[in-house]
Amino acid sequence: MSELTAFRTQAKAASPALSPLLPLEVRGLRLGFGGAPVLDGLDLRLGASGCTMVMGPNGAGKSLLLKLLHGLMAPDAGSLSWNGSPPGQATVRQALVFQKPVLLRRSVIANMDFVVRARGVDPARRDHLLQEVGLAHKARQPARQLSGGEAQRLALARALLTDPEVLLLDEPTASLDPASVLVIERIVAAARDRGTRIIFVTHDIGQARRMADDVVFLHRGRVAEHSRASAFFPTPSSAAARDYLNGKIVV
Amino acid sequence: MHTFTEAFSLALALILTGGSDLYQIVGLSLQVSLGATLVACALGLPLGALVAIARFRGRNLLLIVMNALMGLPPVVVGLLVYLQLSRSGPLGFLGLLYTPTAMVIAQTILITPIIAALSRQVLEDLHGEYAEQFRSLCLRPAQVMGALLWDGRHALLTVGLAGFGRAVAEVGAVMIVGGNIDHLTRVMTTAIALETSKGDLPLALALGLVLLGLALVINGAVQALRPAAQRPVHV
Ligand SMILES: Nc1ncnc2c1ncn2[C@@H]1O[C@H](COP(=O)(O)OP(=O)(O)O)[C@@H](O)[C@H]1O
Ligand SMILES: [Mg+2]
Repeated sequence: MSELTAFRTQAKAASPALSPLLPLEVRGLRLGFGGAPVLDGLDLRLGASGCTMVMGPNGAGKSLLLKLLHGLMAPDAGSLSWNGSPPGQATVRQALVFQKPVLLRRSVIANMDFVVRARGVDPARRDHLLQEVGLAHKARQPARQLSGGEAQRLALARALLTDPEVLLLDEPTASLDPASVLVIERIVAAARDRGTRIIFVTHDIGQARRMADDVVFLHRGRVAEHSRASAFFPTPSSAAARDYLNGKIVV
Repeated sequence: MHTFTEAFSLALALILTGGSDLYQIVGLSLQVSLGATLVACALGLPLGALVAIARFRGRNLLLIVMNALMGLPPVVVGLLVYLQLSRSGPLGFLGLLYTPTAMVIAQTILITPIIAALSRQVLEDLHGEYAEQFRSLCLRPAQVMGALLWDGRHALLTVGLAGFGRAVAEVGAVMIVGGNIDHLTRVMTTAIALETSKGDLPLALALGLVLLGLALVINGAVQALRPAAQRPVHV
């Protein structure tokens, strides 16, 4: 951990003083694809630090929200501001781990090196991260032949290469074995403890309990509830979240 | 005149002994068409990659033109290059007409659209898969193109082979700009045309067999180069 902290301080010292990316302010966000809008006037405010878990039924627009926050898509209407900056300007200071990891048709280490070269990262950081996600011994293997859990761990290591200020994770542990889930949770928790802002989409209620500082519950295109974790799990304030936590199908 | 069987056995003998300058002709064919393929790849692959990732007005029109140019008739290409290189043409002072260089130029023009159009298709599919990740990484267009060309290398090799196959088999362009001069610009296809009209069927047939064999080798290579995941499963 201390090694990574050192890299982080170096990187921070080298770059010109940037104003922090947080708080995030989202107002009246709207996005649709012809039919009923998927996001329909969504408001959200996220504070400076911690791990926000985003939950909600399938198709609620969680993945779309992450892509909008990351500046990969433009909304139909509404405003989205990272402490005054539009999402497109914040992309480079963030990383997104996609629901389905997108790995290059190269070896594990070449996937890391691609970002090392493209973004001017210290190669020592690459070795440290591969070690941390437990893939150092598979460095020379084709990334496309990794198991689901290994691929997701590689995607996470690659995302952390640039030491993002905000790490967006889209169901990174869906359908992984428990050991891989714990590795990913441990690394994400460590990143949060070093000051990385985490926005984490999950369907796994146990995982949300383990990781959350606060929970955003999406329902019908809006934030149905945004609460501290200590309040959300015992006493959710929205009916939809209550049903969801009780295992009822929420649509 | 020979009967077909006679001609066929004489052709086999020619292939085995390499008589009648057979392998000189084969060698020049390979040299010219490989040269054209390399130049066409150097031009066509970056062009294909650029069109694969760029969005601009008139892109659809460009795609139609690129696809249409894939079917350029070799004789027309030969004629156009001839007009440029002939003594009275604008590039006549170079003295390239009836040289292997002129043949490389003509075949390059013939297959660059093929390389560009086929690689555009391959790279656009690949980009569909990578685009969001690349935008997340804030890559510059040149970095995206480089990554696509490298990650598509297996499929692109088959694109290159397709271009080579087209070049080595065409007759019209090299005939017009090369002139089919013995020991200088005679390649397999022009020799086959000439020997057939002269009635020397064994040499024509021998060259035809070599060309056919080459087509088989190229197709075999294309199959073998496909990544394991794409290969059909044999049960
Ligand atoms: N590119 C698209 N075109 C049309 N519909 C889309 C597109 N992307 C997402 N959607 C639709 O938007 C809804 C929300 O998708 P998504 O954000 O992926 O949901 P989830 O909350 O499960 O991550 C879904 O109904 C999906 O079908
Ligand atoms: Mg999703």
